[in-house]
Amino acid sequence: MIAYIVRRLAAVVLILLGVSAITYCLLFLLPADPVDLLAGRNATPEMREALRQELGLDQPLPVQYAVYLGKLVQGDMGRSLAQKVDVSLLIAARLPATLQLMAAAIVASLLLGLPAGMYAAMRRGTLPDKAAMIASFAGVSAPQFVVGLLLLYLFAYKLGWLPMGGYGLANIILPALTVAVANGGWYSRMMRSSMIEVLSQDYMRTARAKGLPRWRAVLNHGFRNAMLPIIAMVGIDMGYLITNIVIVESVFGWPGIGQLLWQGIQRLDYTIIIGVTITAAVVITLANLLADLLTPLIDPRIELR
Amino acid sequence: MANLWKPLRKDIAAVISLGIIAAVVVLALGAPLFAPHSPTEQFADGLSDIGAPLPPDGKFWLGTDLLGRDLYSRLLFGGRNSLLIGLLANGAALLIGTLVGVVAGYIQGRAGNAIMRFTDLMMAIPALLLAIALAIILERSVWIVALVIALVNWVQVARVIYTETVGLEARDFVRAARALGAGPVRVLSRHILPHLLPTLLVYGTLGISTTVMLEAMLSFLGVGVQPPDPSWGGIIFESQSYLMNAPWLVIFPGLVILAVALAFNLVGDALRDALDPRQRRQVG
Repeated sequence: MIAYIVRRLAAVVLILLGVSAITYCLLFLLPADPVDLLAGRNATPEMREALRQELGLDQPLPVQYAVYLGKLVQGDMGRSLAQKVDVSLLIAARLPATLQLMAAAIVASLLLGLPAGMYAAMRRGTLPDKAAMIASFAGVSAPQFVVGLLLLYLFAYKLGWLPMGGYGLANIILPALTVAVANGGWYSRMMRSSMIEVLSQDYMRTARAKGLPRWRAVLNHGFRNAMLPIIAMVGIDMGYLITNIVIVESVFGWPGIGQLLWQGIQRLDYTIIIGVTITAAVVITLANLLADLLTPLIDPRIELR
Repeated sequence: MANLWKPLRKDIAAVISLGIIAAVVVLALGAPLFAPHSPTEQFADGLSDIGAPLPPDGKFWLGTDLLGRDLYSRLLFGGRNSLLIGLLANGAALLIGTLVGVVAGYIQGRAGNAIMRFTDLMMAIPALLLAIALAIILERSVWIVALVIALVNWVQVARVIYTETVGLEARDFVRAARALGAGPVRVLSRHILPHLLPTLLVYGTLGISTTVMLEAMLSFLGVGVQPPDPSWGGIIFESQSYLMNAPWLVIFPGLVILAVALAFNLVGDALRDALDPRQRRQVG
C-alpha cells in the first residue's frame, strides 16, 4: 500500500514536469510579447530591453524553463506581470474557493445522478427509464453557461430565493447545481449501465432469495458494487470538471482560480496562466490518486499494486 | 454498415433527432433564403422607445438583440459558423486521434507506449484552459477556432482507437495478412481500418455534439468567432448583460445549442446500440 502510494506520487511528479513543460513551450510559441503589454506604448527601446532582462525573457527558452522549474520546486511561481504580486500567493488565496465549489459540485452531481441512474436501471426498458435517460442526455448537452445564466434568471432574479452571485454558503448553491446538471447526467448514465450489470449477478439473486425486498437488496448489495466505476469516473473526469468550474466561476463571479485565470488570460499575464494550469493539473492528478485509493475501501477484493 | 437505417428506425428518439439535425442544417445552409432580415442590419424599429431589445412579435419572430438586429436571422446565419466549426473541429480531432491511436496500437512496444503516455499527459492538462489561452492570442478565424477545439478533443478518440487496434492486431486475420507479406500500410488500411469504421462513426457523431458545445463555450468567453459575425455562443456572449430584461436573447440560442447537441448525442447513442449491442460504453 505504502509502496503503491510512493510510486503513484512519483508518477505525479513526472506528470507535473510534463504539464509544466508543455504549458511553458506553448505559451512561448505564441506570437504575442508580454513586454509589449507591460511596457506600454510610450516605452523607449532601452526601457523595453531593460524590462526584458528583468523578466529573464532575454535568455534562451530551455534556460528560462530550467530557472522556472528551480523556483517552482521551492513553491515560487514567479510574480504576476500585471498585478505585481507573487502568483503562488494569488493562487493560495483563491484555491480554497475553487476546491469548495468542486466539492459541492461533485456532491450535487452524485445526489442528482445516482438516484436517477438506479431508478432507470430498476425500471429498465420502461417509459420512465427512457425519459430519465433522455433527460440525462439533455443535461449533458446543455451548455453550462446557458444553464448557469437561466438558473440565475429564474432563482435569483425572478424568484429572488438565492443571491445573484458572489461568495458564500447560499451563493454556492446555483454554481454547484449548474455543474451538476451536466455531470449528474453522466453519472446517471454510468450508474444505470453499472447497476444493470450488477442486477444480473448471482449475489443479487441470492439476496432476493433469502427474502430481502428488492429495494433493500439494491441498496445494501447492489449500490456498493455499482459505485466502483462511478468513483473511477469521478477521478478521471476531473479535467472536465475543472474546465466547467472555470466557466461557471466566470458566470457567477465565484472568486476561485478560474476567475484568476480569466483575468490572467485577458492581460496576457503568462506567469498566472502557467501557475493556474499547473495548479489545476496538481488537483486533477491528486484527485485521480484519491479516487484510486478509495476503491479498496469500497471493494476489499481490490488490491492496489 | 449498409443496414444502419433499419435498427435506427425503431429508435423514435434517434429518428426525431435526425429530423432536427436535417432541419437545422438546411436552415443554416439556406440562411440567405430563409432569413426574413439581414443578420447585421440594425433596424430603427428594432429597439423600444428607451432603446431596449424587442420581445418576439410579428415582424421579428424571435425578438431583436441589443443593437436592434433580428435574432431569428442571426440564429440562422450564426448556425453556419457554429456548425462549420463543429464539423471541421470534429473531423480534425477524428483524424488526429485515429492516426495517433492506430499507429500507437499497431507498433506497440516502447514507442507505442510512449505515445500513449503522452496522451495521458494531455488528459492531465486542463486542455480547454490552454485552448482559451491559444484562442485569445492567435488571430481568431473560423479555422483557428476549429483547430484549437480539435487540439483539445483528439485525445479521447486516440485512446479508444488505440484499445481497439491493439485488440485487432492480435487477431488471426491480421497475422495471416502479415504472413502473406502485406506491409504495415496495407495491413492498416485494408485490414484494420475497416474494422474501426463503426467506432469512428459512433465517436464522430457524438463528437459533433461536443465540438458544437465547445465552440459555443469559446464564443461565450469572447474568444470564438469575432463580431459582427454571428455564432450561437457569440449571441449569448453579447446579450448576457441584458439577461434580466431580455431573457429570450439567451433562451433561444441556448435552446438551439441544446437541441443540436442533444440530437447528435441521441443519434450517436442509437448508432452505438445498432452497431454493437454488447458494448454500451460511455464517453467522458
